[in-house]
Amino acid sequence: MINISEVIETNKMIEQENLDVRTITMGINLLDCADGNLDVLCRKIYDKILRLAKDLVRTGEDISKEYGIPIVNKRIAVTPIALVGGAACQTPDDYVQIARTLDRVAREVGVNFLGGYSAIVSKGMSRSDELLIRSIPRALAETDFICSSVNVGSTKTGINMDAVKLMGEIIKETAELTQERMSLGCAKLVVLCNAPDDNPFMAGAFHGVSEADAVVSVGVSGPGVVKYALEQVRGASFEVLCETIKRTAFKITRVGQLVAKEASCRLGVPFGIIDLSLAPTPAVGDSVAEILQEIGLEYAGAPGTTAALALLNDQVKKGGIMASSYVGGLSGAFIPVSEDQAMIDAVEAGALTLEKLEAMTCVCSVGLDMIAIPGSTSAATVAGIIADEAAIGMINQKTTAVRIIPAVGKEVGDRVEFGGLLGYAPIMPVNPYSCEAFVGRGGRIPAPVHSFKN
Amino acid sequence: MSRTIITVVGKDTVGIIAKVCTFLAEHKVNILDISQTIVQDYFNMMMIVDMTDMEKPFEQAAAELAELGKGMGVQVKCQREEIFDMMHRI
Repeated sequence: MINISEVIETNKMIEQENLDVRTITMGINLLDCADGNLDVLCRKIYDKILRLAKDLVRTGEDISKEYGIPIVNKRIAVTPIALVGGAACQTPDDYVQIARTLDRVAREVGVNFLGGYSAIVSKGMSRSDELLIRSIPRALAETDFICSSVNVGSTKTGINMDAVKLMGEIIKETAELTQERMSLGCAKLVVLCNAPDDNPFMAGAFHGVSEADAVVSVGVSGPGVVKYALEQVRGASFEVLCETIKRTAFKITRVGQLVAKEASCRLGVPFGIIDLSLAPTPAVGDSVAEILQEIGLEYAGAPGTTAALALLNDQVKKGGIMASSYVGGLSGAFIPVSEDQAMIDAVEAGALTLEKLEAMTCVCSVGLDMIAIPGSTSAATVAGIIADEAAIGMINQKTTAVRIIPAVGKEVGDRVEFGGLLGYAPIMPVNPYSCEAFVGRGGRIPAPVHSFKN
Repeated sequence: MSRTIITVVGKDTVGIIAKVCTFLAEHKVNILDISQTIVQDYFNMMMIVDMTDMEKPFEQAAAELAELGKGMGVQVKCQREEIFDMMHRI
C-alpha cells in the first residue's frame, strides 16, 4: 500500500516544484471534411471538431480535480490545413476563412490553442501549400487561438530552399501585421525540419496523415521537479546525476501516462503518445536553464552547456521511455528563451548568444525557440537562420524548429513582452553579414548521404 | 473498489481527525488506513479510504472536505490513489 512519505513526495512535486501535465492535445483528422465548396468545407470542419472535442476541456478539468494534478492546457491539433483546403481554396483569403472557422470552434470548445494551420513542403510546394503559406500572416493576425507550422525539410528529402526563402518573408510579414501586439503572431508560427506527426506541443502541433481519425496525446513537463531532485545531489558524480534525472523523469512521465489513459478512456478516443518534454514556463523554479545551472554552470550558455544539455535530454528520455508504452512527439528538453526566466537572465548577462543556442539545438528538442531579434533583420537573414536550423535537423535525423520574432521597431537592448506563458524576451543581436545570394539561389538542398557518418 | 487518498496538512489543532472522520462516516466512506507524521513543524495526515458507497459525486465531496479543512486552518486534499501508485510502483 502507498505510504505517507510517497504521498508527501508527490504532493510536494505538485505544490512546490511546479509538476504539471502541460497539455492534453486531441488530434483530429479533417481529411474527410474536404469539399470543393468553401462554405460546406468550413461547416464540416466546425461540426467535426465540435463533435469530437466538445468534452475535452471538461474532461481535462475533471481528471485534474480527481487526481490533484494541474493540467495546464487543453488543445486541438488538426490535419495540415493545406491538405484539407486544397479543393476549396483558390486564394490566400479562402484559407483565412478556414482559419476563422477554426478559431471560432476553438473558442466554442474552450481550448487554449488549435494547431495544424500547416503545410508539409519538405520536398516541394503544391499550389495549395503555397496559398496556405501566403495566408499565414493574415490568418495569425485575425485569429486568437490558431497556431501555424510549416515543415520545410527532412532527412529523407533534403531542404526545400524555396520554402525556406518564402518563410523568411512570411515571418517578417507576420511580425508586421501583428506589430501592435509585439509581433505576437510570430510566437504562433514555427518552421520545422523532420516535424513529427504526433507532437502535442504548440506551435508545431498538427495531426499527421499517418494518424487515426482522432487520438489523445499528452505532453508532460516538470523542470522544477528535476531541479529540486538535483539540488539533493550537488557535487555528486555524473553517474549519480544521471541516475537522479532518470528516476525523476520516470515519475513525471508516469503521471502523464495516467492522465493520458484516463482522458482517452473518458473521451472514447484512442491514446496516441506521451511527449516526454521538459517544458519551462516563466515562473521561477520551472526552468530548464536552472537545471543546467544546478548541473554546474554559472549561466546557461557557459562552456559545457551543450554537454550538460545533451546529458539532460538523454536521461529524460531514458527515464521516460520506461514509464510509458508509447512515447512520441518531440520528447526532450525545450530551450525557449522568452518562456524561461533563467534563459532570459543568461541572455541579459551576455552569457547566451544566438550561436550558442544553435549549438544547443543539436542535442535537444527542438530548436531556436521564442527568440526575439531586431525588427530590421532582413527576410533573407531570417531564411538563413531557418536554413541553418533545418540543416542541423536534416543531418542529425532529428526534429529542429525555428520560432523567431523579428519584433517590429525594436533593436538590441529593447525587450518584447508577450505576457502569460509566453513571457518576455530581450532582443538578441544577429550576425550582420548577408546570406541573400545563398538564400536566393532557388531549388532545394538534396537529401544527405546516410553512411560515412563523421 | 475506488480508493482515494485524503491528505491533511497544516498546523496541528484539537479535533482535526475527528471532524474529518465524522464527515467521512456521514457519507458512508470507509477508512482503510490512517497514518500521520510531522514534517517541518507541520501536521501531515494521510488516510486511504474507500468511496464505493458514497452517494455524492467525488468532486463535491472533495470540495466540501477542502472547505471543512479551511475552517480548521488546514489543507485537505482528496486524490484518487492511482496517481501515487503510478508514480511510486512499477
